[in-house]
Amino acid sequence: MKKPITLLLVILLVKTGFAQIDPDLLRSPDRDSTRIKLNMDAVYDRPFLQAAKLPVALGGYAEANYQYLGTDGITEGHQFQMRRLTLFVSSSIAKRIKFLSELEFEDGTKEINIEFASVDFEFNPLLNLRGGIVMNPIGAFNQNHDGPKWEFVDRPISATQMLPATWSNVGFGVFGKKYLKNWVYAYEAYLTNGFDETIISNSENRTFLPASKANRDRFEESFNGAPLLTGKVALRNTKIGELGLSYMGGIYNKFQDDGLILDDKRRLNVFAIDFNTVLPKINTFINAEWAWVNVDIPETYTEQFGTKQQGGFIDLVQPIIKKPLFGFERAVLNAAIRLEYVDWNKGIFSSTGGNISDHIYSVVPALSFRPTPQTVIRLNYRYNWQTDLLGNPAAKLAGFQFGVSTYF
Amino acid sequence: MQNKFIVLSLIACLIIAGTSCEKTIPGAPEDDQILDGPIEGLTPEQNRIFLNGDVAFNGDVFSAANGLGPMFVANSCGSCHAGDGKGHPFTTLTRFGQSDTLGNKFLMQGGPQLQNRAIPGYQPEKIPAGATFSNFTPPANTGLGFFEAISDATIMAMADVNDANGDGISGRPNWITIPQYSELRPGTIVRNGKYIGRFGKKAAVYDLLQQTANAYNQDMGITSTYEHFSTYKNQDIEPEISNQKVLDVVFYLKTLKAPVQRDQNNPDVISGKQVFLNISCGKCHTPQLQTEPSSIAALSNKTFAPYTDFLLHDLGPALDDKYTEGTALTPEWRTPALWGLGLSKNSQGGEYHLLHDGRAKSIEQAVLMHGGEAEQSKNKFQQLPSSEKTKLLKFLESL
Ligand code: HEC
Ligand code: HEC
Repeated sequence: MKKPITLLLVILLVKTGFAQIDPDLLRSPDRDSTRIKLNMDAVYDRPFLQAAKLPVALGGYAEANYQYLGTDGITEGHQFQMRRLTLFVSSSIAKRIKFLSELEFEDGTKEINIEFASVDFEFNPLLNLRGGIVMNPIGAFNQNHDGPKWEFVDRPISATQMLPATWSNVGFGVFGKKYLKNWVYAYEAYLTNGFDETIISNSENRTFLPASKANRDRFEESFNGAPLLTGKVALRNTKIGELGLSYMGGIYNKFQDDGLILDDKRRLNVFAIDFNTVLPKINTFINAEWAWVNVDIPETYTEQFGTKQQGGFIDLVQPIIKKPLFGFERAVLNAAIRLEYVDWNKGIFSSTGGNISDHIYSVVPALSFRPTPQTVIRLNYRYNWQTDLLGNPAAKLAGFQFGVSTYF
Repeated sequence: MQNKFIVLSLIACLIIAGTSCEKTIPGAPEDDQILDGPIEGLTPEQNRIFLNGDVAFNGDVFSAANGLGPMFVANSCGSCHAGDGKGHPFTTLTRFGQSDTLGNKFLMQGGPQLQNRAIPGYQPEKIPAGATFSNFTPPANTGLGFFEAISDATIMAMADVNDANGDGISGRPNWITIPQYSELRPGTIVRNGKYIGRFGKKAAVYDLLQQTANAYNQDMGITSTYEHFSTYKNQDIEPEISNQKVLDVVFYLKTLKAPVQRDQNNPDVISGKQVFLNISCGKCHTPQLQTEPSSIAALSNKTFAPYTDFLLHDLGPALDDKYTEGTALTPEWRTPALWGLGLSKNSQGGEYHLLHDGRAKSIEQAVLMHGGEAEQSKNKFQQLPSSEKTKLLKFLESL
């Protein structure tokens, strides 16, 4: 608890230190945060602040919001939230050896996570070695989740309530890229520590991969000694867009302890597909992700915990005004919409043969104003329809959310 | 331009912070469309206890980490009693091992309740060879405080053990032994050391404390100081929940509102009720009862319309599972309350699953499956002209 705060202080001091240096010495690349390269590049493709000759670059982002949401006539009232404050430090240790770390404070200081802390060795563009705390490349959101890049106050439901974004673990892996004319091909593969039994034994009362995030021991030891494999291939054509296919899988349960057998080995598998593009002429940004989860659960457990899950989202972002406004040279006003769906339990009841529900649909129309590419002010209206396990009439949640998110 | 933007943002701010906030969120369902929520007239203090109980009932999900099982049927009260309404076949539980009034012969083999699920690494129970069994679909949990607040004398007044009035309908209480921790109601009637049960399909439970402590124990494998023997090998283990929690849940159950009838003034509903009474449905499904003075003012001296008499009736061989509890005979069932009937589908996944084991898939089917003491009444139902039948069913749906 104390350590991250000290670190935060040091970073802030260093930053204010820089501020007293001649600002011309600082390079602050003014990148368009909505126009991303490959999703896998997102960790380094961020605005960093760097003093001319220092090998260390600093950055971060913050998100705060206000919301007024209610479910079936009952509201929690007006809520102001400091969703997160994230700090990155990157450094070039040597030519082709880089280090990057990302430290995140969620909901004030309720949760403090090292999201990323790894060193990359580039042997060849096609072969890089990465080790440390890595973000498992499942889907696209997990790797490319910085708040200022999105027009929506909430992170996608499928990414955070079905897939466990942001999900990082200690491990090692390789990645590489190949450029061919208008094409980029890339791959990534990591072995890391992984999930544990809380994914089917938790207070959410459903199969819930994010439950394993609460297990902080995973940065120190594997729950069961079986590594989690995460792999992704992605390709991008400068005209068509980017397509990613990813897989994450491993054994999640403690099948033995002290050499004694406790259970069968039980696997979980996740497949994801992600796609993003910008439509020519009208400049509509389309970003979508869909994932399938499949968990081996003992038959004698309860159908409350699904063996199959499925869900995803699609964002459509349409710039409507793109011109200098209030002295902001590159201001943009976007209209956007997100459609989301998650089915946490795709099974059927053995008692009736009927469908097991436990799903949610959601629509989020949004307006976002970007005075600069790195800063966004957003106004969302969210409407969720959530159906319980048995398929009873959906609970309806809706309301306004307003927030700011910016790199700094 | 600048002005325009300021106007725009002002409008946005107004939408958000303005007086119309409540209009931006989905409206609350009408009170008569839902079963959950407290009775009117609770004090702020009682509201707090109600909310604590609500959280424990609907929010507490048990897992291996906080005591679930090892063998269990479900992992939270709320998963079996969604929205405090009736349950679904998925949440139906099985009891076995007692076939006469002499008690359960399979207590040492896991009786009376089957824990048909188990946490990973453990094996669930199976029904032992030779044991008869019955499946129980969860009933609604509404208005239970009213059930608690009637007197034994009120129940006895409805009984007609030897069918003295010759209408073919008898009705008797289930005389049961009660746990040490149950506190006797004022005016409790005792016979040969046995008491009148009023909760459960067989009326084999004395009060909501017994029901709750047993639900934690038998349905979820959670021990308390009240029921401290684990369903796993009958081990006497330390309590897995506090007494406070159990008592909060009991208070919650006690103060759940009574279902509100819909379309009360619809002429069809009004004449449907008359048909209901004419063909003797109301002889078991008693339309109106009165509570005694209660420590909870909102429950004191209230008339309410549960449509039950809390008595056992022999409903004939088709509904006889050869399993029983207390001193009930195997074809005998406690008349279920009919209030809230029309809302059953909203908690049963969109379909009706009626009668003790959910076998009836419509209200009409449930009526047609009546036999035994209800045979005559059922026959009259079958002979109703279709317009009358429609009105009766409309009335039942309005409950
Ligand atoms: C496995 C599903 C299941 C769970 C979990 C469950 N119940 Fe029940 N409940 C039932 C069934 C089935 C019955 C009918 C039992 C009977 O008739 O004997 C019932 C009956 C009841 C009744 C009696 C209602 C009446 O009208 O007689 C109450 C009260 C009750 N449950 C409360 C609870 C509480 C409190 C919890 C949590 C501590 C709980 N239940 C957990 C299935 C469940
Ligand atoms: C002799 C007493 C008796 C009479 C008369 C009687 N019932 Fe019932 N009724 C019961 C009992 C006992 C049950 C529960 C049987 C079971 O669960 O297997 C029941 C169940 C029901 C149910 C299903 C309720 C539920 O929650 O699952 C309905 C509906 C119903 N009765 C309606 C009627 C109607 C309508 C009539 C008149 C035609 C009627 N009953 C006459 C005793 C009676």
